[in-house]
Amino acid sequence: MRTPLSIAWHRKVANWLLLGLCLAALGAAVAVLLAVLGYVTVQGAGGLNLDFLTNTPRPVGDSGGGMANAIVGTLILVGIAVVVGLPVGIGAGIYLAEYGRGRLATVVRFVADVLTGVPSITIGLFAYALLVVPLKSFSAFAGGFALGVIMLPVVTRTTEESVRLVPASLREAALALGVPRWKVIARIALPTALSGIVTGALLAVARVAGETAPLLFTAFGNQFWSWSLRQPIAALPLQIFVYAISPYDDWHRQAWAGSLVLVGLVLLLSIGMRLVVRRQRYGG
Amino acid sequence: MTETTVGRPGRPSPREIRAALGRASTGRRGDAVWAILVGGCAVGILLLVLAITTLMVVESWPAVQRFGFGFIVGQRWDPVGGHFGALPFLYGTVVSSVLALLIGGPVALGSAIALSELVPRQLRGLLSALVELLAAIPSVVYGLWGIFVLAPLLRSAVEPALRTALGFLPLFSGPAYGVGTLAGGLILAIMILPTIAAVSRDALLAVPNDQREAMLALGATHWEMVWGAVVPYARTGILGGFILGLGRALGETMAVTMVIGNRPAISASLFAPSYTLASVIANEFTEATSDLHLAALVEIGLVLLGVAVVVNALARLLIWQIERAGGSAAAGPGRGR
Repeated sequence: MRTPLSIAWHRKVANWLLLGLCLAALGAAVAVLLAVLGYVTVQGAGGLNLDFLTNTPRPVGDSGGGMANAIVGTLILVGIAVVVGLPVGIGAGIYLAEYGRGRLATVVRFVADVLTGVPSITIGLFAYALLVVPLKSFSAFAGGFALGVIMLPVVTRTTEESVRLVPASLREAALALGVPRWKVIARIALPTALSGIVTGALLAVARVAGETAPLLFTAFGNQFWSWSLRQPIAALPLQIFVYAISPYDDWHRQAWAGSLVLVGLVLLLSIGMRLVVRRQRYGG
Repeated sequence: MTETTVGRPGRPSPREIRAALGRASTGRRGDAVWAILVGGCAVGILLLVLAITTLMVVESWPAVQRFGFGFIVGQRWDPVGGHFGALPFLYGTVVSSVLALLIGGPVALGSAIALSELVPRQLRGLLSALVELLAAIPSVVYGLWGIFVLAPLLRSAVEPALRTALGFLPLFSGPAYGVGTLAGGLILAIMILPTIAAVSRDALLAVPNDQREAMLALGATHWEMVWGAVVPYARTGILGGFILGLGRALGETMAVTMVIGNRPAISASLFAPSYTLASVIANEFTEATSDLHLAALVEIGLVLLGVAVVVNALARLLIWQIERAGGSAAAGPGRGR
């Protein structure tokens, strides 16, 4: 005879089967991550050497050479992006956190969120039409500008969130002492929220450092060193793309090595930020 | 100010106090400057989006005028002959993105359920971070991996097996190329997985425990509790995550360009090469010579922008709804993504 509390066997089987599938899905996601990272590490380590990090690309058939100019180019492009995207993003974030109760703020918040989802290649088209066409040349500046536009909404929203987290008591204490509102924001709220803002900025940098699509027809790529912001400049993701779709084994090796450097750079930023954030949250 | 009131012995005269107050800043001017400064930044974002839209409409105008609505339904893309129809790209984009949702969506939802309901609390942060790291890997690296690992695997093992088992369906017929719609859909599935998983996990974590306890008290098994009480409660947020993932898949460029085969033809088979909106811009824009060709490519970008804005707006509205309902419980490391 069945006791009233026993569970029908098919419910037990369904329970274990479906919960098991969920765990398997999680396992699959982590496995894919490890597969991609592992493959990049193994393949990339083979092509990574001092030559790769210090030389410019060689012509086809001439083995050796490296991506030094592309690595530096990516750093320059990200630097321009920071100059373009960070100040406006932080300003807009402060506005949303401190003044953002009206309809304008809701609209800005919404538009910023939608802008986060706009395909990066569309931003590249925009930068092309805005800067490349009038200046009549592909340029580092156009590429950096496109990356800055992509950074902008990310920085805005993370800044808003961190400034919002500043306790109201701090603000009220300062206001009660007669400090003007702008000084309360600049001297009390911003320094308190600084680590959160920096975290957001670095996450945004990590995101744009690996972007390729918006650079195709803005920064364009370059086989040589270039220090002029008005000239085409090499970028690590672009160089990887060109080498990956080429038919040469030697270039494929270099593409893997470049990927290892790029992934290392991006993961260093992402994981580093995560650790900093965690220490703040749990370490008091 | 302090000089007059504190720095001198004895009480200051009323006249001195008035003078000091007159000199003291009320901060009104600073406040105004500050508000204009940060408000300007906020308005700047609106102007930026306006500029993006305007500039793209202007740049694509020759093609819009020339082809009208036929641009979207035209099947022939022949830059040399001056024929520009975007339907093959629209088709490739939609099919690869839907495929990505069908493959990546369930895996992402499963991961989210595992993360919020099954995994011990101590492991949750680590595993969530690992899943989200999938989003940190650059697109071009996925593309490289797709070319040299995924596509050969599909060509030699997966596609022949699918054809043997399901070859009677047109979807799984035809020669196995490796690079093609299936490869594009798979790579996209991997890339949108972390987005869907993170948003769904936050939505599930925001479900109040009463829901779970009530269901268990009714005698439900663990799974029945999850599927009957937790997932339905979080469905708005989960849907938002799926739509956000769809938006990401529609606009993804590099990885897809590298594995989808880049052939502007509509084919019933998932094994056949196809082309997407983003890929054709990436491949042809720098090589386009005629003004009409450039305009047509920008118009494709405009179509892409329109689709992305609609999809993302929808996703945001849904996610905002859940954030408002879930309050601070929805807060987590993945919220900003």
